[in-house]
Order: sequence, then C-alpha cells, then structure tokens
Amino acid sequence: MIDKLERALKGGMATAREITDAKYALARRAELEKLIDVAYSEVDSPLGPLMAAATPKGLALLHYGEDDEALQQLADKISPRVLHAPARLDEVRKELDEYFDGKRKRFDFRIDWRLMAPFQQKVLKATYRIPFGKVATYRDVATKAGAPKGSRAAGNALGANPIPIVVPCHRVVRTGGGLGGYTGGLHRKEFLLELEGVTLGPR
Amino acid sequence: MLPPFQEFLDTHAPLVHRFLAASVPPHEVDDCFQETFIAALRSYPTLRNDSNLRSWVLTIASRKAIDGHRQRKRVDVTAQPIEDRPAPEEPEKDPELWAAVRELPPKQRAAVVLRYVNDLPFREIGRILDCSEAAARQSSKAGLDRLREVWR
Repeated sequence: MIDKLERALKGGMATAREITDAKYALARRAELEKLIDVAYSEVDSPLGPLMAAATPKGLALLHYGEDDEALQQLADKISPRVLHAPARLDEVRKELDEYFDGKRKRFDFRIDWRLMAPFQQKVLKATYRIPFGKVATYRDVATKAGAPKGSRAAGNALGANPIPIVVPCHRVVRTGGGLGGYTGGLHRKEFLLELEGVTLGPR
Repeated sequence: MLPPFQEFLDTHAPLVHRFLAASVPPHEVDDCFQETFIAALRSYPTLRNDSNLRSWVLTIASRKAIDGHRQRKRVDVTAQPIEDRPAPEEPEKDPELWAAVRELPPKQRAAVVLRYVNDLPFREIGRILDCSEAAARQSSKAGLDRLREVWR
C-alpha cells in the first residue's frame, strides 16, 4: 500500500549532492586528526599504474597494478584504517616521477619495513644499499644479510619485495650476468635496468 | 576480517549521505557526514568482525543527527544569528515535505527516513535505533501519520 507520501519520501531529496567532495574532505580531516594508519594513492608510471601505501613511518608498499587484494592485505597486516589519502604520498609520487624522468638516483623519503619478515628485511635492506646503475648478485645480498649460502632464500625474499623499484630488487642479478627473476615481470626488470644504464652480459 | 576503511566508506557513504540529507538541514549535512565517518574511523579497529557494518554506521549517523538537533535548539534559545550558510546547490523538489520530516521527533524521524528513504527493513531499523522491531515499526507509523497531517 504505497501511497503518495511514501513515494515522495522514496530515495530522499532531489538534492542528493555529490559525495565525492565529502569523501575528500573526510580524508583531509582524518589525516589532520592522525586517524589514518595506512594512506594509499595510485601512482602513474611508465611501467603501468602503481599503488603506493604509506604509514606515518614511511612507504610500506608499492604495488604493480591496482587491486583490492593489496588493500585487504594492508588492512589485515597493519590496520583496517586504510584510506585513500593521496596527500601523504605526494613526496613519493614526486620522487618516482623524477626517477622515471632520469632526474633522480636515490629516494629521500622514509620507508616502513614492517611488511617484511626478519630475514627478508635483512636481504632487502642490503638490496636498498645497491646504488643506482649498479648490480649485485643473489649471493652478494645473501652474504650481506648474514647467510652466504642463502642465495635461494634471498631470491625468495626479493621475489616477495613489497616495495619494488624503491627497494631496487631489479638490481640483483645472477652470478655470471643472467637477469634472474622479477615478480613484476622480466620486461619491467629490463626496463628499470635500461633506465639506469645497466647492460648485462657474461662477465 | 574487516575490509579496508576506504571500502567500508565507499560502500556506505551514499546511504549515510541520503539518511542525513533527509534528517538534518541542508547546511548541516556535510558536517554530520564528517562527524559520522570520523567517529567510525576512530573506533573501526576495535570492531571484532564485519557483520552489521551498515547498521553500525547508521547508528552513529542517527546519533549525530540528533546531536545536531539538540545543538540547533540551544542556538535557537540564545537567538544567535546564523549567517553565511551555503545555499543548497539545487532547490529541493519538495521543500515542505522535508521541512516537515526534519520537524518530527528524533526517533520518529530516524525511523521514517530509514524505512522510506533508505528502504531498510524494520528489523534492521530496530537494531540501528536500539529498540525492538515492533517499536521501530511503531515510530515509523507515528511519524508517517504526523507527516500526513501536515503534507498533502
């Protein structure tokens, strides 16, 4: 028995205003009130769209592609207070742009290492110190991580790198000059090495 | 397992916005919306699971709408001039109706809006307003009857 009054109420007022602005305003206020545990933003790159996520401590994730699964992992592993708040990623985006333009050789923003297991963290911190345009072998980074015989484990740790490009796992190659693997796809590893002027070959 | 807050926000923002747009004066909608989701964000990590997230956020929204109502009454008592209110972007289609909705007692108003604007079942409305299904139905009916007297 829907009557005229009920029909008039249905769906609300004609002025149901755009809520996108309200959501942006919310993100700004949530940042001011320090309520965002994980802020994320999309980042354009020559390698396709990336998703960057930062805690107040620094960049925690740089993900090839944009998928909800990565956000759910952040929610589960860090905090469910995950919000699209691009402002926190401004510096990251600027430095990545400069890197891809060939104008930057190291990143100055801070990194939050917490998504990495302890051994992985050692491997990736060793990797982080490989300079722009240089390469190291899996054995090199395994040794620096305190496991000279752990090349394979180091390879696994690198394969699960949550912050590729910035933690430059693309600079780790096989002894003898082979390219090795890359979770983001070998074409991306080749692109990044080429960008940095590295040519591989038998040594 | 809780979804990322952004997903929760994207899912429920339209519903909450419609609820508030029908419940508070136009210039207060955005404020109430912010207050609702800031409060939700604050306590989000303490939720134990993702069941009833919709009811949960509408409970918060209905309280914020009532808080705003109380504050308005205080302001009216002290007769403060209210200046520079932003005008709504479009004129409401049925301004008398929505003015009458906003004049309803808070519980009747919430029940009417949740039932007829948001199209929720009385069982859930009861959960949102912390009362029984029957009481929710009763509040909604009382509100609707009252609207019939003033709107035609």
